Amino acid sequence: MAVFSKSKRKAQVSLRDCVACGCCVKACPMAAIRIVKGVFAEVDATKCVGCGRCVKECPAAVVAIAEVPA
Amino acid sequence: MKKNWYDNLWIVSLIYLLLGFFNILFAWAGLFCFFIPLVVSVAGGGKIYCNRYCGRGQLFALFGGRFGLSRKKNPPKFLKSRWFRYGFLIFFFTMFFLMLWNTWLVFAGARELRQVVKLLWTFKLPWHWAYHAASVKPWVAQFAFGFYSVMLTSTVLGFITMLLFKPRSWCVYCPIGTMTQLICKAKCGKM
Repeated sequence: MAVFSKSKRKAQVSLRDCVACGCCVKACPMAAIRIVKGVFAEVDATKCVGCGRCVKECPAAVVAIAEVPA
Repeated sequence: MKKNWYDNLWIVSLIYLLLGFFNILFAWAGLFCFFIPLVVSVAGGGKIYCNRYCGRGQLFALFGGRFGLSRKKNPPKFLKSRWFRYGFLIFFFTMFFLMLWNTWLVFAGARELRQVVKLLWTFKLPWHWAYHAASVKPWVAQFAFGFYSVMLTSTVLGFITMLLFKPRSWCVYCPIGTMTQLICKAKCGKM
């Protein structure tokens, strides 16, 4: 019997190290990321599909894909 | 994805860099790249300049991304550390004010105009072919040479980090980006 995971993959930003360049915003196909007040990038978990494009694009390597409870 | 007019601002950056090879006085136009991001962030626009309108960032994205010149590796930890970003900001502006001081010396007649572009704050490249003007005062030209040195140096640095790491690695330690983020942090009390 197959076991289905109840977690989902979502992008997470390290707020402390984010330089708010906006590269992830441009890369996101779901428009799930925005820059908050010019300080850090914020991921809308309801829109994020965990594709990881933002991870590839982030020049500061502060975005990661993490398993979160569904 | 829909393309907007501001996605083509890399053309402006490229033209700016090329014009400096023909007439150094065009370097003055680079002041827009200095002041617009700062004014926008002070006025409450956040880092919208970096996020949308930075032609230089777009240029790196184009060469590193579409043209495939970037290794697309994560940068070393030191590059994104705060001490490096803030340290580079201080160093960059120290050199910038030194350039202003040299302009002042030419203005005051204490020094003659030097028709060179200083690359990476070290290498003096002869650039006399781009200076045709007896029509402007020497200090105006001196500032242009100095400012173009700043712009060319930052482009070269950005290009090197684009090749070695991700296309827009320059954005991580760009002094203007660091400063606008500091302004934004100060405005929302997150210093």
